[in-house]
Amino acid sequence: MTHSVKTVVLFALVAVLIAGTGFLQSWNTALVILNMGLVSAIMALGVNLQWGIAGLFNVGVMGFVALGGLAVVLTSMPPVQDAWAAGAPRAIFALIVGAAVVAASTILYQRTRKGWLMVLLLIVGFFVYRWIRDPGVDAIEAVNPAGTGYLGGLGLPVVLAWPVGGLLAAGAAWIIGKTALGLRSDYLAIATLGISEIIIAIMKNEEWLSRGVKNVNGLPRPVPNEIDLQADPAFVEAAAGYGLDPTTASTLYVKLGYSLMFAAVLIVLLVLAQLALKSPWGRMMRAIRDNEVSARAMGKNVTQRHLQVFVLGSAICGIAGAMMTTLDGQLTPSAYQPLRYTFLIWVMVIIGGSGNNLGAVLGGFFIWFLWVQVEPLGQALMNILTAGLPDGSALKDHLLDSVQHMRLLTMGVILLLVLRFSPRGLLPER
Amino acid sequence: MPIGKGEVMDFLNAIVALTNFVIVPAMAYGSQLALGALGVTLIYGILRFSNFAHGDTMAFGTMVTILFTWLFQSWGIGLGPLPTALLAIPFGIAGTALLLLGTDRVVYRFYRGQKAKPIIFVMVSIGVMFIYNGLTRFILGADDIRFADGERFIITAREFRNMTGLREGLALKTTQGLTVLTAVLVVIVLFWFLNRTRTGKSMRAYSDNEDLALLSGINPERVVQVTWLIVAALITIAGVLYGLDKSYKPFTYFQLLLPIFAAAIVGGLGNPIGAIAGGFVIAFSEVGITYAWKKVLTYLMPDALDPSGLVQLLATEYKFAVSFMILVVVLLFKPTGLFKGKSV
Repeated sequence: MTHSVKTVVLFALVAVLIAGTGFLQSWNTALVILNMGLVSAIMALGVNLQWGIAGLFNVGVMGFVALGGLAVVLTSMPPVQDAWAAGAPRAIFALIVGAAVVAASTILYQRTRKGWLMVLLLIVGFFVYRWIRDPGVDAIEAVNPAGTGYLGGLGLPVVLAWPVGGLLAAGAAWIIGKTALGLRSDYLAIATLGISEIIIAIMKNEEWLSRGVKNVNGLPRPVPNEIDLQADPAFVEAAAGYGLDPTTASTLYVKLGYSLMFAAVLIVLLVLAQLALKSPWGRMMRAIRDNEVSARAMGKNVTQRHLQVFVLGSAICGIAGAMMTTLDGQLTPSAYQPLRYTFLIWVMVIIGGSGNNLGAVLGGFFIWFLWVQVEPLGQALMNILTAGLPDGSALKDHLLDSVQHMRLLTMGVILLLVLRFSPRGLLPER
Repeated sequence: MPIGKGEVMDFLNAIVALTNFVIVPAMAYGSQLALGALGVTLIYGILRFSNFAHGDTMAFGTMVTILFTWLFQSWGIGLGPLPTALLAIPFGIAGTALLLLGTDRVVYRFYRGQKAKPIIFVMVSIGVMFIYNGLTRFILGADDIRFADGERFIITAREFRNMTGLREGLALKTTQGLTVLTAVLVVIVLFWFLNRTRTGKSMRAYSDNEDLALLSGINPERVVQVTWLIVAALITIAGVLYGLDKSYKPFTYFQLLLPIFAAAIVGGLGNPIGAIAGGFVIAFSEVGITYAWKKVLTYLMPDALDPSGLVQLLATEYKFAVSFMILVVVLLFKPTGLFKGKSV
């Protein structure tokens, strides 16, 4: 089977799986899987750029995804005027002071090479920063804590948040890359894992910024509300024309709207990624990945190129994160878990085929489909297995309860099988 | 009241508060981290990769121990003042050892034969992490579990206050004392094993120079198996002690990966003494930076200078940030760690 035929067949297979869900379960479920599949595919594309093409081991995907989510709040929520009046200038001034201290200590170290001087400046700077920041932040958080208690956003259209999410993630990636990219591959992994936990900790704690664990609900949507659609006589009539009741029709309409927007973003990013891969830049990146020493000897600036691709890949994850939060309609910092938002994306890339953009996209759809469907399948399987046990027995209840954890096990088994028997993935790099 | 006595009392109170809230918890936490980091460092030295499944191995070992603890409790077997879990630890270690040896046989051995790059091992260990994760949650669920048969104290805060007449109390939980004691014992046994026995010496030889070790007739598969056995013991003990001290929750154990890695790297990967030192460095910084110092400072400062805020440098949730910052600083300025470790 030639490569392109295999690609088409596998993508058709995933399409059949999702369509099958539509026919067998419901079209709403199918569209839910499709939408998150599109988002996952974009995240996988970002990770593939870093790992597949440049060989960078980034296990901080969750952090960049969460920054994308934060971007949605900062861009699209209406500003809280009282909070701005209460403490915003002071809090923002504190942030500027904090950034200045970090920058100054970096420059100081580069000029003098005295570590203790830098540490001293950082410690003094930290207390100054807290002294300026705390009253301002307290004032912001005191404004209507049950309803707002944070600064809000800029009140811009929510779709703008997607590129902003990319920029925010790119900025963070630049800072991280500057410090951590020189490290050995598994040190980089641990460093990025740590940074992603820190980003989540910041989002949980800095209530003035993201409302923390109180969550931000009711984010603006780029698509109409279901209730408005159901109240619209023209829509109800059109739905009746297709033989659908207004409730189902409106939910399908909204989800389909998201699907179209997400698909457009995915196609644009995929085309760009393919062009980049086939360009001289892409060949250079792969040359660096395959043999860093000779690439360096050929006069390539490996550090700069790594930084570049790290920022680009993280930006893509940020965009996907912003899209995901838009789809959810709320920002829930405590929902970000590394297994789901970092390691699952890795499974997608490796199983799809690292180094192949189409493979990463395929992996995104396929693994997401499995992640969602393993649970009902496992439930059905467990029901059959435990059919012989008496109802209400402790073992039966426990087994039925534990089915939800089957998906982790399944993902691990799939990852190990692919790494062992087909390490280049479903669609290998060409 | 004679002049000066108040100041002496204040000073004593400050010391007691400091011990109670910082030194004792950090000693216990540091011992737990040190045991975990020893495991990471051994795997790194012998198998030459960073094991991402370490936190979940710890959860697995603790889970087996909990199951046996419950069994013993249902039989009415106990250890008097000590937690029943101590009796169950050997079974936990045995279960974990079987799991690790099985994993090595089915998964890692293949890649050793291929001489795969370390990064491939790391990825494989992520797959293993998923499986262990699913396994522990499947068997025991994802909830918080306490299995220390109730809180018991070597000395409670009230007893201490009555005994000394100080305002501050010093509470010492049985589990905290046990943690430090066990950690010391385990470390002594481990170092005796590595430095004095034939197998331990062959492990160190293999870690230092693989080819030379092979030439002198050391069986690599045996070295690897012994390593996994030791790791099983270390990580189960670390996990059980942590669970007794705080509580068992699979996700918390997964998150411990970060401070454990930080401890191993700060000390110098591959260096056992470094792992222990690293564990305490991380633990003391985490507890110290996230502790609200108001109480201690109020005793020490003259009344006029009493701090108004909590004097907490960072909120407790930022404890991961602390271990991480130390990690980054060490990696940037001393990439091989405080004690000389490997840098492959």
